[in-house]
Amino acid sequence: MSQSYNRGLIEDFGRWKEFSAGMWAWIFHKFTGWMLIGYLFTHIAVLSTAVGAASGDASLVASGDDIYTTTIQGLESLFIVRVLEVGLLAVAVFHILNGLRLLMVDLGVGLDAQDKSFYASLVLTAIITVASVPTFLDGVTL
Amino acid sequence: MAERYSSFTPGGTGWLLQRITAAFLVVVLAFHFFQLHFVNHAADVTFAGTQARMENVGYFLTMVLFLIAGTFHGVNGVYNALVNQGLKGTQKKVVLAVLVIASVALIVQGIYVAMAMAGVEIV
Repeated sequence: MSQSYNRGLIEDFGRWKEFSAGMWAWIFHKFTGWMLIGYLFTHIAVLSTAVGAASGDASLVASGDDIYTTTIQGLESLFIVRVLEVGLLAVAVFHILNGLRLLMVDLGVGLDAQDKSFYASLVLTAIITVASVPTFLDGVTL
Repeated sequence: MAERYSSFTPGGTGWLLQRITAAFLVVVLAFHFFQLHFVNHAADVTFAGTQARMENVGYFLTMVLFLIAGTFHGVNGVYNALVNQGLKGTQKKVVLAVLVIASVALIVQGIYVAMAMAGVEIV
């Protein structure tokens, strides 16, 4: 049954040295969440160039010289953008895996292993991110 | 067992919707990343290619639902993070209003963009 547990103020980040696995999972989930919603607004802003491409000269679309294509391909030609994309993948993969962990915690499944599943989320995120680096850096130079 | 750690009201609509959208987003976000980085490389994206994908009604609706679910999940998460941080009173109401306006703006703009991609004329 329910028992009293005083977690203290986790929001006081000065206590980070006392944090356990579950608290780190909570902080990482929050941090990656902020990144993802920030990215979503930026993403829609960049994709909004589609409005210009759709209303512009159709021959530009056919030749790939419309504003949407040139904006995206221009961004993708920058090494720093590719690095940021790898970062975005890492953030998204962790948020997904830890989110699955949270759904299980909510369902009361595997509560005793919640710290282990956090470590598993971190390791899997690292593996997927590293394995994706060649794909993300394909065709770009410094 | 343990006490609740979540900042959401137990059994609340926000809590439930956050989890329903999470389950949907897990699948669609993974698909989206895979589709636009591994199947089609982001560097090779063209307007013509985007148009071809978005002209498919199923894909179009999935992307619009993805936008709505993602915006709700993200903004609701931010709001709850701030409430958890101790936001209350008038500030809480103002933040909620700003977040709702930002969300509606993002969804409206996103749907407008999606329609432009799919070649749907807006009169």
